[in-house]
Amino acid sequence: MKMPTPDAGIISRRREIVERLRAIVPGEGVIVDEDELRAYECDGLTAYRQPPLVVVLPSNTQQVSQVLKACKEMGVKVVPRGAGTSLSGGALPLADGILLGLGKFNRILEVDYDNRCVVAQPGVTNLGISNAVAHKGFYYAPDPSSQIACTIGGNIAENSGGVHCLKYGLTTNNVLGVEMVLMDGTVLRLGGKHLEAGGYDLMGIVTGSEGLLGVVTEVTVRILKKPATARAVLLGFPTNEQAGDCVAAIIAAGIIPGGMEMMDKPAIHAAEDFVHANYPLDVEALLIVELDGPPAEVDYLIGTVEAIARDKGAVYARVSNSEEERLVFWAGRKAAFPAVGRISPDYYCMDGTIPRKKLPLVLQRMRELSEKHGLRVANVFHAGDGNLHPLILYDANNPGELERAEEFGNDILRLCVDVGGVLTGEHGVGVEKRDLMTHQFAEADLKQQQRLKCAFDPDGLLNPGKVFPELHRCAELGRLHISGGKLPFPDIPRF
Amino acid sequence: MTITTFKPDTAAQLADSMQWALSHGEPLEVLGTGTKRRLGRPVQAAYALDLSALSGVVAYEPEELVLTVRTGTPLAEVLPMLAARRQHFAFEPQDLGPLYGLPAGGGTVGGMLAAGLTGPRRIQAGSARDHFLGVEGVSGRGEVYKGGGKVVKNVTGYDMPKLMAGSMGTLTAMTEVTLKVLPAPEDVRTLVLLGKGDAEAVRALTSALQSPHEVSGAAHLPAAVAARSGVVARLGGAATCIRLEGFGPSVAARVAALKDELGADAVLERDDSLALWREIRDVAYFVQPAERLVWKLSVPPSEGARVAAAIREITEADVYFDWGGGLLWVAAEPGDADIRECLDGTGGHATLIRAPDDVRASVPVYHPQPEPLAALAARVKESFDPKRLLNPGRLYAGV
Ligand SMILES: Cc1cc2nc3c(=O)[nH]c(=O)nc-3n(C[C@H](O)[C@H](O)[C@H](O)COP(=O)(O)OP(=O)(O)OC[C@H]3O[C@@H](n4cnc5c(N)ncnc54)[C@H](O)[C@@H]3O)c2cc1C
Repeated sequence: MKMPTPDAGIISRRREIVERLRAIVPGEGVIVDEDELRAYECDGLTAYRQPPLVVVLPSNTQQVSQVLKACKEMGVKVVPRGAGTSLSGGALPLADGILLGLGKFNRILEVDYDNRCVVAQPGVTNLGISNAVAHKGFYYAPDPSSQIACTIGGNIAENSGGVHCLKYGLTTNNVLGVEMVLMDGTVLRLGGKHLEAGGYDLMGIVTGSEGLLGVVTEVTVRILKKPATARAVLLGFPTNEQAGDCVAAIIAAGIIPGGMEMMDKPAIHAAEDFVHANYPLDVEALLIVELDGPPAEVDYLIGTVEAIARDKGAVYARVSNSEEERLVFWAGRKAAFPAVGRISPDYYCMDGTIPRKKLPLVLQRMRELSEKHGLRVANVFHAGDGNLHPLILYDANNPGELERAEEFGNDILRLCVDVGGVLTGEHGVGVEKRDLMTHQFAEADLKQQQRLKCAFDPDGLLNPGKVFPELHRCAELGRLHISGGKLPFPDIPRF
Repeated sequence: MTITTFKPDTAAQLADSMQWALSHGEPLEVLGTGTKRRLGRPVQAAYALDLSALSGVVAYEPEELVLTVRTGTPLAEVLPMLAARRQHFAFEPQDLGPLYGLPAGGGTVGGMLAAGLTGPRRIQAGSARDHFLGVEGVSGRGEVYKGGGKVVKNVTGYDMPKLMAGSMGTLTAMTEVTLKVLPAPEDVRTLVLLGKGDAEAVRALTSALQSPHEVSGAAHLPAAVAARSGVVARLGGAATCIRLEGFGPSVAARVAALKDELGADAVLERDDSLALWREIRDVAYFVQPAERLVWKLSVPPSEGARVAAAIREITEADVYFDWGGGLLWVAAEPGDADIRECLDGTGGHATLIRAPDDVRASVPVYHPQPEPLAALAARVKESFDPKRLLNPGRLYAGV
């Protein structure tokens, strides 16, 4: 993975840049000390590290605006950062760029139950929002496993999901408004507390834009009343195919469960050894299906789901009979990453989406790839929406294993695209999947996306080197190639 | 005054047409079957780009919850196909045909998404944009490209379909789209509370929406509007309507619970419920008189009643509320005062949904945006359509 060559001219002007930033963000808000910079050298994709030129921690929108404007004037690149939990390297710093940390934007500004929304600064954690409204029985629905740590600003940038997004949507479906700052310092408001933002849906583009279009400085998100009850059922199957069929049949029956997760045998064993959730160990695939809603509905649907599962060959079925039991069912799944971390020195978490019906094929191919690369793999899977999380086990201390793990990962992602799916379902492209983008998108597709970036950031200063494998100047992207001249086919007068 | 029409059968022919338009500098009016030609600012173009020949279902996989169709496919073909598998577009697309003096049941999938019009279920299931997964089309640069994907969960690259939803054909002539489809609810009931004033009604809707009962429709019809309903007129007076959908046993339990909590003067059974929410969705109350202007206002739900009161102070308009008070439909006499001033301080916006061509050419149809946002929107347009050839001016003058 190559990042754009650092600009030596910028690095040599570091002192001037720091002075300019200090004039905007006084005191400890500008970090230059080497040791302190190291704390920011990577995000959740720890294989890539690079200390930034400078770290700036502004504390209000005006400072963000002035910092961006100054950076634009000086031609300095900017990488925004929330909590740094990105698994795709979206917040990886640049040697010749400043890292703009949003950590000081950590206040909830307003809780508005009448409009069922929360207005928060971007550095508030995902769970912080749910916690702020929990006493009234509300919550914020998208629930990434990293929710204690990750920020709502980072969630917007990555369009993060969680186990509940099958029924309740990803971040993008739960955001009502943002305030953001463009690279030239312009402060914009998109949407608000109303349900439909006017004009072009720029909020829809900013959500999931991985910090390439603007810096989000305020967020308005929808909150929901907690469902009256939730119960989960554990279902074990002798084959992955049967588990996949069961998922399809549940959906065909018109049921969209609150959560529907699948684990393969290696993942089941790792999780069971770690948290002792009492998972069956003699099955190839385990499903956790959670139904939530009014008790009458949940009881009715649990029965339906069990019947479908039996019909599809489940050899194990257990329904949670208490809240504790439900949480134990989930404990194994939620701890799947650290559990795998216990059985292997290192693991690499992938994130592709496939059409669900291709699951047996993909798992079979993955076993073959596992042999080819000589590395083990465990699978956890958001089964309802086809989002796979293969965990590749490796040992970075063995020379060449990291590279092999990455190659294995790339093979898996290419496979996801080849069967009709996509490179990433929720973790983002970042630097990790950047060079695979050409496998999913044609040149014209990527260029059109980059033209859109030009509308927001014509100098390409915001988070460059992420998402797009090749950088182009906006002037070059804007050039028109007009070929036609003759009428291509007879025109039909009509009106 | 469109006179000549291109009617491509393939994306490649469409790209050729666009190239022709580029080389001649000729703007194009983009059309499906033309059912929404009266929505948006009138387009000045001598050539039309008719996409209705790009028709047909490419893939429908109910278990995957996805549908891929060519954009000219009639809704009259797609909706029954989904219904046969007990699925639907959960955002409840509006059918504004009758509001524009056309038959109901027209329109294409492409037009539905380009207009982005969303029905009462917005409060629960989101808007058209939330169900729009993938797009292929030809930009105003004459280039074929695609964005998004064909699976329900995808964050690879920018979410281009979002930008297409509601763009009214000003960015890309779409050729093929992928949508998320969802199970249609098995059953539906509606609680009706009678005789409430607007403010009190919105408070009741708010309570319903703050409950865990998964309300999927929350509307208030003041007496003058309720009197035009084929369903609730007979109940007499203003009708505050709360819809509950889902599996039979669940609906029954939630109806009982909500009735306990809020009280209810009537409960509508399935058929009446379906008919009522169709009226609300399609603005049936304002089809006649046809000369009246119809506005759509999107505001924070808690501001709905206040905005309605402000409107009534300056004009003799009829108003009704959807989205728990967050959506106001307003029918006003032509020549009436600018109702946009009633939105001051709410952060909301207004769209002029129905008005004669000359009015739509002079009064902004879509809400004027603050300068920096308008400038960004213009740059976004330019990134797709630098010569401003696709439906120029349909959204905003000059865009
Ligand atoms: C153990 C673990 C489990 C995880 N589980 C999930 C999961 O279940 N689902 C899921 O979707 N993800 C998951 N993630 C990934 C990660 O937590 C999410 O992507 C999260 O949204 C990142 O938030 P952050 O605050 O850490 O952002 P960062 O990592 O700091 O930044 C992520 C990206 O957002 C940009 N950014 C951050 N803040 C802003 C801002 N205010 N304005 C503009 N751009 C900004 C950055 O430039 C970067 O490109 C997991 C990560 C870990 C480590």
